[in-house]
Amino acid sequence: MISESVVELSRWQFAITAMYHFLFVPLTLGLSFLLAIMESVYVMTGKQIYRDMTKFWGKLFGINFALGVTTGLTMEFQFGTNWAYYSHYVGDVFGAPLAIEGLVAFFLESTMIGLFFFGWDRLSKVQHLAVTWLVALGSNFSALWILIANGWMQNPVGAYFNFETMRMEMDSFAEVLLNPVAQVKFVHTVSAGYVTGAIFVLAVSSYFMLRNRDIPFARRSFAIASAFGLASAISVIVLGDESGYEVGEVQKVKLAAIEAEWDTHPAPAAFTVVGLPNEETMTTDYALKIPGALGLIATRSLDEEVTGIKDLVAHAEDRIRNGIVAYGLLEKLRNGEDTPENRAAFSKVSVDLGYGLLLKRYTQAVVDATEEQIKLAARDTIPQVAPMFWTFRVMVGAGFTMLLLFVLAFYYTAKRKAYQTRWLQWFALLSLPLPWIASEMGWFVAEFGRQPWAIGEILPTYVATSHLTETDLWMSLAGFIGLYTLFLVIEIYLMVKYIRKGPSALQTGRYHFEQNTATQGA
Amino acid sequence: MFDYETLRLVWWLLVGVLLIGFAIADGMDLGTAMMIPVLGKTDTERRVIINTIGPHWDGNQVWLITAGGAIFAAWPLVYATAFSGFYWAMLLVLFALFFRPVGFEYRSKKDSVAWRRNWDYALAVGSFVPSLVFGVAFGNLFLGVPFYFDEFTRPIYTGSFWALLNPFAIVCGLASVVMLALQGATWLQMRAGGEVQGRAQTMATLLGPVLTVLLAVAGAWLYYGIPGYEISSTVVGDAPSNPLSKTVTTTDNWFGNYTDYPILWTLVAASVALPLLTSLMAKAGKSGFAFTLSSLAIAAIILMTGFTLFPFVMPSSTDLASALTLWDATSSELTLEIMFWVALFFVPIILGYTLWGYYKMWRRIEPEFIEQNSVSNY
Repeated sequence: MISESVVELSRWQFAITAMYHFLFVPLTLGLSFLLAIMESVYVMTGKQIYRDMTKFWGKLFGINFALGVTTGLTMEFQFGTNWAYYSHYVGDVFGAPLAIEGLVAFFLESTMIGLFFFGWDRLSKVQHLAVTWLVALGSNFSALWILIANGWMQNPVGAYFNFETMRMEMDSFAEVLLNPVAQVKFVHTVSAGYVTGAIFVLAVSSYFMLRNRDIPFARRSFAIASAFGLASAISVIVLGDESGYEVGEVQKVKLAAIEAEWDTHPAPAAFTVVGLPNEETMTTDYALKIPGALGLIATRSLDEEVTGIKDLVAHAEDRIRNGIVAYGLLEKLRNGEDTPENRAAFSKVSVDLGYGLLLKRYTQAVVDATEEQIKLAARDTIPQVAPMFWTFRVMVGAGFTMLLLFVLAFYYTAKRKAYQTRWLQWFALLSLPLPWIASEMGWFVAEFGRQPWAIGEILPTYVATSHLTETDLWMSLAGFIGLYTLFLVIEIYLMVKYIRKGPSALQTGRYHFEQNTATQGA
Repeated sequence: MFDYETLRLVWWLLVGVLLIGFAIADGMDLGTAMMIPVLGKTDTERRVIINTIGPHWDGNQVWLITAGGAIFAAWPLVYATAFSGFYWAMLLVLFALFFRPVGFEYRSKKDSVAWRRNWDYALAVGSFVPSLVFGVAFGNLFLGVPFYFDEFTRPIYTGSFWALLNPFAIVCGLASVVMLALQGATWLQMRAGGEVQGRAQTMATLLGPVLTVLLAVAGAWLYYGIPGYEISSTVVGDAPSNPLSKTVTTTDNWFGNYTDYPILWTLVAASVALPLLTSLMAKAGKSGFAFTLSSLAIAAIILMTGFTLFPFVMPSSTDLASALTLWDATSSELTLEIMFWVALFFVPIILGYTLWGYYKMWRRIEPEFIEQNSVSNY
């Protein structure tokens, strides 16, 4: 039997290290494009201030990027160290996009980033600009391949189970690439990254303006960020993940949990704005609903139903019963009864093998599972509703607040009033945490909502771990938390230090702290 | 284009290529960074050392990440078994590597003696530990790793972390450290200016013979004192990947392949001779030749290791049949084929822009250059 606490601790470790990694990724995605835009303006206009902007924001980019790389290493190792059975079971499919990410994207990004920082005097203007664009492209390609891998965990297409090798094997690379869940995830995630970069530049520029220093520098940065941010925020919301929630069983379950849709209602379903989801009674207390809105958002139609949780559980139960048959046949096939009849019978039910494996949490003898165990396993297929319901709403709330900020920032920039509008600058500065809150909540919804599966409908998280002890896990978890906390403290310290200095940190002699007069107006 | 059997062989070579790429490129900056406190006495000298690899360490490190990813994609069973079995060794590598990106990026961002000194040691330890552990891990492959598979091919490791630190594996670990330090020393001799250049030359002159001695010790130990493994059933090169479908026996030593293919002794000769030649060139002040020879030494040593183990990737000491070989631990034919084309297309492109980056940044880093560009340098 696999220890329940090893599974729990492995999940905690993955969740903590992944969410930590994602503190740094979105800023890299967004800021790299902003740097490329700023430097493009420099190359086109020849104005020194845009070069300084690229260099100053580049310094902050570097401080952030170092921790992105550091925490990214963990992500590459951790499938093997802590999820060995997962690695064996799906490595044939899941490993490919990860390896391609290294070859196609991360090499490019990392090689070019060295040239970005050190190549200012060694490369021609155009060469350096090309390098900066390649950093941005590299980081975005990187996100593409990682999200193809992640999309496959949510909606595992293009693969089948091979009983001889006891694992999933790829049968269509094209399907893995063009997985609709991966595609919407990619667009949604990189747009969220652009928003993060834009909010960061907007907030820090507002800080300079509130302090009345380096106004020309801050104004130009603010203007670029507000335009880039507005476009990105619209794309995050319009191209939201919602459209991906109708593909595949796991996504349907996720949608039902996010919306606390206990029952299947006639189309189009109502959208619950707020309420208190109650797991015991399977109802949402004090629900405030907008008629028809959910059906419209989720299915993009008026006549398609959104399946409710109760029906999803019943459906899962059927599949578990099928899964038991599949598991029984698999045991026969692997224990010398490799007959054409068994093969044929297995191929009919093998899609439900994963549902059979859900019973492993309750019994080793899957074929002899009791009714009660089947019911428990079926109930497991629905993630806890309340955390899903709330994190999703926090994410959406943060998203719309940021959209409002960008609309205002863009409007006041266009009217050339942004640098005098104090309340707007305060709004921007105080919005600084929002993109991080939204991203972390978004990943929580995506990954907590995938439970109990490591690979949707294929491999339960419970059986996916490595053969480790509880002590191993406690110690490694302590190591990660300790080191990551140390690094985060140092990172924030340096960020604050360089933001306080502002562009004077470049020591060009042109900025606030290097001038004799106290403040330089616009 | 290729059949499954050929693809498996090609992927064994490709993993070798990625490991050699890692050891040459990232090994250079691991070796360089582990010697920061030894070769640099003043802050400026240390910055000279760090800035020779400043524009390159980040790209170089991707060799490691890509090698890890490629093993995941091409040899999922190896990735699963090795990474989980060597749990604490891998985490030690990981925790040590953490200090490099932050160390390089943060060290010179604050003007404080204590801050910078702490980062210098963090960088040195963060580079020394992985170099040691990689060698220790390879040493343990020759001894056999205690793991087996259960009926559903779940890898179960039965050893402990401390058992990895046996005398033979430690000799291999030291050889790995010295190999990468030699690579770093020749790099610094070629690219650093001021006092550092001379010290790096001395270091490069000393380390070659040390590496040869360590390799000779490990080789003799392997020849006389360590039993080998061989597949005792017929190898079916295109069978589905199931390690348990073969049988394995132990042999007198690991040199069976050398009896069958005496040509392999040239790799042994190269592995022993190239470090010595590297030191001779370093002593003569021909740092470019020294660096090239050191890189060739790395390639020879890794190829020698691979061909000695061939066709094993990870033998098991607990359950001989569970051993992972290049024939039965791979991905499916389709995945190997797709990944082959991706690698074939992108590795030359990677080499192209990497070399362009080195070409553009090529100069000797003099102390004056560091002092005049204090803000923009590491």
